[in-house]
Amino acid sequence: MRKILIIGATSAIAQATAKLFAEKHHALFLVGRDADKLETIAADLKVRGAHQVDYTALDLNEFDKHDSMLEQANTSLEGLDTILIAHGILDDQKAGEQDYTKAEQALRTNFLSVVSLLTPIANRFEKQRYGCIAVISSVAGDRGRQSNYIYATAKGALTIFLQGLRNRLQSANICVLTIKPGFVDTPMTANFKKGALWAKPEAIARGIYRAIENRKNTVYLPGFWWLIMMIIRHIPEPIFKRMKL
Amino acid sequence: MPNSYQSWGRFPKVSQNVHPVRWRKKPLTLPDTNSVLPYGLGRSYGDVCLNDGGTLLATRNLNHFIDFDKETGLLRCEAGVSLAEILELCLPQGWFLPTTPGTKFVTVGGAIANDVHGKNHHRAGTYGRHILQFELLRSNGERLLCTPTSNEQYYAATISGLGLTGLITWAEIQLKRVYHRAMHSESIQFTDLEEFFDISAQSEQDYEYTMAWVDCSSQNAGRGIFFCGNHITEEEIPAKWQTPSRTHTMPFDLPGFVLNQWSVSAFNWAYYKKQRQKSIKKLTDYDPFFYPLDAILQWNRLYGKQGFLQYQFVVPYEDHKIIKDILQTIAASGLSSFLAVLKTFGDLVSPGMLSFPRKGVTLALDFPIKGASTFELLERLDDMVREAKGVVYPCKDARLSARNFQAYYPQWTEFSKYIDPRFSSRFLRRVTE
Ligand SMILES: Cc1cc2nc3c(=O)[nH]c(=O)nc-3n(C[C@H](O)[C@H](O)[C@H](O)COP(=O)(O)OP(=O)(O)OC[C@H]3O[C@@H](n4cnc5c(N)ncnc54)[C@H](O)[C@@H]3O)c2cc1C
Ligand SMILES: NC(=O)c1ccc[n+]([C@@H]2O[C@H](COP(=O)([O-])OP(=O)(O)OC[C@H]3O[C@@H](n4cnc5c(N)ncnc54)[C@H](OP(=O)(O)O)[C@@H]3O)[C@@H](O)[C@H]2O)c1
Repeated sequence: MRKILIIGATSAIAQATAKLFAEKHHALFLVGRDADKLETIAADLKVRGAHQVDYTALDLNEFDKHDSMLEQANTSLEGLDTILIAHGILDDQKAGEQDYTKAEQALRTNFLSVVSLLTPIANRFEKQRYGCIAVISSVAGDRGRQSNYIYATAKGALTIFLQGLRNRLQSANICVLTIKPGFVDTPMTANFKKGALWAKPEAIARGIYRAIENRKNTVYLPGFWWLIMMIIRHIPEPIFKRMKL
Repeated sequence: MPNSYQSWGRFPKVSQNVHPVRWRKKPLTLPDTNSVLPYGLGRSYGDVCLNDGGTLLATRNLNHFIDFDKETGLLRCEAGVSLAEILELCLPQGWFLPTTPGTKFVTVGGAIANDVHGKNHHRAGTYGRHILQFELLRSNGERLLCTPTSNEQYYAATISGLGLTGLITWAEIQLKRVYHRAMHSESIQFTDLEEFFDISAQSEQDYEYTMAWVDCSSQNAGRGIFFCGNHITEEEIPAKWQTPSRTHTMPFDLPGFVLNQWSVSAFNWAYYKKQRQKSIKKLTDYDPFFYPLDAILQWNRLYGKQGFLQYQFVVPYEDHKIIKDILQTIAASGLSSFLAVLKTFGDLVSPGMLSFPRKGVTLALDFPIKGASTFELLERLDDMVREAKGVVYPCKDARLSARNFQAYYPQWTEFSKYIDPRFSSRFLRRVTE
């Protein structure tokens, strides 16, 4: 049985992943900023077979509370061996271009809060010498584009941070998994026009579950995004900068 | 997505806004002016799930379980949970749906709002009889806990309420004990309606589930195959069981001309002749037994882009002749239907105010839309049904006249007191104009 901490547990992708964990009777601790939603999810996961589900409500932008939240999760589950970090915001790029405080907010929530969370988690796992840290980054972080480069900056930074962390924790036998979803139909993207490239959160969840079980390093989900992003990464900058992406 | 938020018959085509409801404890966000209507999985054939010019409250994200008691089979879940999801969770633990329609891809809220029936109507009555309580969220923010004894008018109006009384956020359902997914099934050929009624009377003694497929495309109208089944008992649990898993998706719309009088007759002939013995008994998995059509996802595309109509009515039991007359009227019209389903309803009364099932014989038919003649035929059938003191099923309807609806359901004036002022549907506007 795994002892799993899910941060950003109200996210559609996190919920779908938690269901898979619940069906396998793992123990879960959920963190999100809305107690009503967490209570709803916790009850559902219990019915679906989770060994244990507890939760606490916390706005993850309150970095100074990260330590105590972690302590609470650790106490509740009597140890931790799997972490899934899923929270994120996708704000209007145009607004961020006009107003630095908006851009800063996107960087804080999508990147800095994860660094703040992973600092104590990494130290704890490094000591205990087992565990898996799975974090949802994004294909967006693979290359900056005019339509969403503030969000992409945060995700790109996150991807590099995780690379470094993976390298550091390798010798402690800790798996660090970078999850890079493509377009997923969730509340975050509710206002986007959907097309053939769009995936359901359940499909992404199955990929995350498999990647955790197989101790993968990086996964593109669905897998074809690996090819799309390889092409996008290799377009020469003089051409790329002229493209309307 | 282009396919979503239509009705199952894909007629009529309408345009409407969609607003997903994600959390049952949060207040409803309503549009400023236009009306709203809950939408589950859109398995209603007609327009009870459509709201042209208005907004649909899409409920599929209300898909959380709340509580399940393995000892008593009492399940509480949100209204957007599908029957397929309930079976997936509960069947391995020995519990089955108290009754189920012919597809498992419907939501709990949709099943309540149409007060659906299944092959065991003669034993279990409608779905609404097994709903012990639910929460109704009204547009003014009020949350009514509805049971047979509290807010009982809203309980009665919402079961079979066609989504018009408010949003059901969660419901509590009494499931039924079973021991395995295997079923005893029997299929029996019959050559005419007399034989159907004989077999039906006999089978209802022996079997919990009964229904028949009937040919109504040819001069042989009235012949068919009777299907019945029981869940196996604890002693009969097989040592090994192969669970069927493959589903297919209908990948494109079939051109309209493919389904015509000749192809449908040929299909019906082949279907009837496939069974070579008078009666076949075997063990069957519950999935193909209850949900043969679910094996082909999006089978409604068989009817092409223009969509199709489905027609279901019930007439009092005594009157075999009206069924015969109707079958003959259809056969004579040359507007063939395949997959006509015939079944008898028992006398268990539903708590639902506008509930369709009642003691009698029910027939359900599909019609490809072949212009005005299809609508004229159905108008004629409406009148025949009314004269026989029968009623037509709103859940399947997209074209019934206001006059006939109000004649079938005189209680609708009482019902309309409980309609939420911000809720409406294309169906409501059509039958109350
Ligand atoms: C292959 C097939 C076989 C079928 N067999 C049968 C059968 O044997 N017996 C039978 O009775 N029916 C049968 N049906 C019809 C089907 O069971 C009903 O149409 C069912 O109500 C569909 O549920 P849904 O979730 O798709 O609801 P929708 O079709 O989306 O909506 C149905 C109605 O429910 C309302 N509604 C939905 N959710 C809520 C909510 N949360 N609160 C309030 N109102 C709500 C909607 O406003 C609408 O009026 C069959 C349909 C198909 C496609
Ligand atoms: N959807 C996509 O196309 C896509 C693609 C690539 C990557 N991703 C990434 O996938 C992850 C999950 O997103 P999703 O698609 O599942 O969308 P989602 O359902 O909108 O999830 C985002 C979640 O983040 C939570 N959150 C945001 N700020 C928070 C804060 N300060 N404190 C606590 N929780 C906070 C939100 O909580 P509330 O519920 O309280 O609002 C919400 O549950 C995100 O990291 C996202 O960047 C998504």
